[in-house]
Amino acid sequence: MSTAVVEVPARSEVNYLNANYGIRSWLFTKDHKRIALLYLASITFMFFVGGAAAVLMRLHLITPEGTLVQPATYNKLFTIHGVVMVFFFMIPSIPAVLGNFLVPMMIGAKDLAFPRLNLLSWYIYIVGAMFTLYAILAGGVDTGWTFYTPYSSTYSNSHVIATALGVFITGFSSILTGLNFIVTIHKMRAPGLTWFRMPLFLWSIYATSVIFILGTPVIAITIVLVFLERVLHVGIFDPKLGGDPLLFQHLFWFYSHPAVYIMVLPGMGVVSELIACFSRKRIFGYSFVAFSSLAIAVIGFLVWGHHMFVAGQSVYASLIFSLLSFLVAIPSAIKVFNWTATLYKGSISYQAPMLYALGFIGLFTMGGLTGLFLASLATDVHLSGTYFIVAHFHYIMVGGAVMAYMGGIHFWWPKITGRMYPDAWARFAALLIFVGFNLTFFPQFMLGYLGMPRRYATYPAEFQVLNVMSSAGASILAIGYLIPLIYFIWSIRYGPIAGPNPWRAKGLEWETPSPPPPDNFDVTPIVTEEAYNYAGAPPIAAAGGANV
Amino acid sequence: MAAEHIVPVKTYIGIFAALLCLTALTTGVAFIDLGAMNTVLALAIATVKMLLVMLFFMHVKYSTKLTKLAILGAFFWLALLLTMTLADVFSRNWTPIPSGWGPSVSAPAPAGK
Amino acid sequence: MSEVASTHPRELAHQFQTVEQQRETGRLGMWVFLVTEIMFFGGLFAGYAIYRNLYLSAFEYGSRLLEIKAGTTNTAVLIASSLTMALAVHSAQTGKRKALIFFLLITMFFGFCFLGIKSYEYLEKWNHFLVPGLRFAPTEVLPPGVTASHLELFLCFYFFMTALHALHMIIGLGIMTVLVIMAWRGKFSAQYYAPVEISGLYWHFVDIVWIFLFPLLYLIGGRY
Repeated sequence: MSTAVVEVPARSEVNYLNANYGIRSWLFTKDHKRIALLYLASITFMFFVGGAAAVLMRLHLITPEGTLVQPATYNKLFTIHGVVMVFFFMIPSIPAVLGNFLVPMMIGAKDLAFPRLNLLSWYIYIVGAMFTLYAILAGGVDTGWTFYTPYSSTYSNSHVIATALGVFITGFSSILTGLNFIVTIHKMRAPGLTWFRMPLFLWSIYATSVIFILGTPVIAITIVLVFLERVLHVGIFDPKLGGDPLLFQHLFWFYSHPAVYIMVLPGMGVVSELIACFSRKRIFGYSFVAFSSLAIAVIGFLVWGHHMFVAGQSVYASLIFSLLSFLVAIPSAIKVFNWTATLYKGSISYQAPMLYALGFIGLFTMGGLTGLFLASLATDVHLSGTYFIVAHFHYIMVGGAVMAYMGGIHFWWPKITGRMYPDAWARFAALLIFVGFNLTFFPQFMLGYLGMPRRYATYPAEFQVLNVMSSAGASILAIGYLIPLIYFIWSIRYGPIAGPNPWRAKGLEWETPSPPPPDNFDVTPIVTEEAYNYAGAPPIAAAGGANV
Repeated sequence: MAAEHIVPVKTYIGIFAALLCLTALTTGVAFIDLGAMNTVLALAIATVKMLLVMLFFMHVKYSTKLTKLAILGAFFWLALLLTMTLADVFSRNWTPIPSGWGPSVSAPAPAGK
Repeated sequence: MSEVASTHPRELAHQFQTVEQQRETGRLGMWVFLVTEIMFFGGLFAGYAIYRNLYLSAFEYGSRLLEIKAGTTNTAVLIASSLTMALAVHSAQTGKRKALIFFLLITMFFGFCFLGIKSYEYLEKWNHFLVPGLRFAPTEVLPPGVTASHLELFLCFYFFMTALHALHMIIGLGIMTVLVIMAWRGKFSAQYYAPVEISGLYWHFVDIVWIFLFPLLYLIGGRY
């Protein structure tokens, strides 16, 4: 895509980072780029909170008797790990950080449609996080992140209300962000930027936002009902009083299954950008990938019952959900095939973002394929409630979505900060994460298949070897995540200055200085090209002199 | 779009009158025994009232296709939630409980007393 | 770069190119928000649908305990408030400041009437020990097929759904207070009335929720 007129200066005197100083200019900003950084700081903090819970769990599980923590504490650890990672890290991560930063830039706008609403979204997130952190510090919650009733509504003695409030409040952050993105993409695209010229990242953000809008309110009302049941001692979900615990599960999973697509769709969008840039090729089958994003969002709303196959749901409903769960794999597979076709005969280079993108394709595929065992009713009876499930969703969430998030952060870091990180360290960390991840979670497939239940603080001695392998992998994974934290912070001060487009990538966001000026574009760009017009593009240069 | 089209006051008054009539109708019908049709009629009347408010008071009649699509989508999604959940609740009875697992009559699942 | 809008450039936010774009964006934003509200209330309607089908006799009995006169009056009151809200928007569109303020105030008056009647209903339930969780001890003999806990379930849905609706009304009244103040200060004109219009959309939505709540809660018992 080309701008109309202006030659992009290498570095702008006034950019969004130095335009104003002082904490008030950050806490009262309306600039989507600054809000993205506010989110980046917050979710990184929450990531390490959830990660700490995981570290404790894996340390505890080194021995079968589990002597590190009490079983009641173990229950709290896996609950907090789930709640924090799902609601406070994964769901916001790519949309709130990369989406906020890039959506206006990719469409050639000065900001989102509703900048103050955007800032409000962040404040709502912070308030929700405060409630949850309070719950952790006050003694934790032990219901599992799924809050199944009637345990959560009646019998648990832990801080359910504080946690439920935290999740409820944060849900509105997602809703408002999704609203902002949908309206922005519909109404504020630059002249010439038709839907089918948009980068695929925007398609996946749009599909994700549709899920935010349609799904999050349902879990919000569900949490309200759990809260009311707990406070008033009424029996909406309590069988003793005529309530139906399965009704809770229907309402909960109606959101929480699409929520996993909220977590993975933006990652897929990032991967499309990375694969195109680092193969110097347009994405093969652009419209297939675009429509697949929408298909995943839509079909993803039709499969929630596959979480309830062994919970008492009727066999006939389960049959329908099982069939639909098979169908939802199809658009994801279409994307994997299209990325692979993009790589074919591409001019591939292996900088850190590409390593993360390739890791995503492999690990997401494995996670997705194992989902088919779970979609199939008969095998799910055996695998439900075991570590197979844990491994399945971690392959998609961590091997997929988190790797895509890391890839995206690395790719757009020079644009966000104007600095380059050391690529050698970045590649090393990416490989460490890949190795650590597989060592952590592959043994868990085997553990689940052999019958080790999930959410248990102890296990039979014959499972110890696999558990030790998993814990060893977790320690490698932890180091792998700490290294980028260090070099990113280092790069802000000491990293080589990156120009406007160190990757020689296509996209409107690369046609501004790095870091961008507060209003993104001095002149509204006019788009005349298709996306990913890499034909004849020069190869990726050694960016900022820091690439090995 | 809708701003440019200013709905005349007479139309608003007319819609208001229609809404009041429909309210009286729906309350009146509740006093007549029509069996299952009571619920059907009540929902049908409510739907008509909703359409009147939406099309005229909310200017949906003069709104963009996108707006109409968004509204249809929302109701369709709600219908999805309702139908698939109800499908589960109603079909739980269709599989008899195997003998020896509980009372021989297959009871509705959630009445747990 | 923003073009100088033909009128009222000071209302044109910097991220928009034209006033038209800003207006359409605001409208679409409110509709997307209403979509989320449909799903939010929808969860309660889903729960209601399931329990009504499972415990129909209890729901019918509970429905007959509700004050149909109060419910019908409230429905008429809300419909009237929708009319006056539409007339308020109309006044804004035609640049009539005094009429705008007048109709906004009348709408608020109807809103307060609704809340007043609702409070009376809640108080009646309280006095008859029919408030789930807080004060529930039905004194009447229940007909066969109706258990106390199923009746409590119905009343849970009655209170939760109407309370959530009332909460939305209270928020709406707050929004209208702000609109009245802004209108008094002359912020609106025939060219700029977007906040009135989108607040009107919100208010009409709240009316629509009640249009469904009324028959589903008050009229299922059959009073024949």
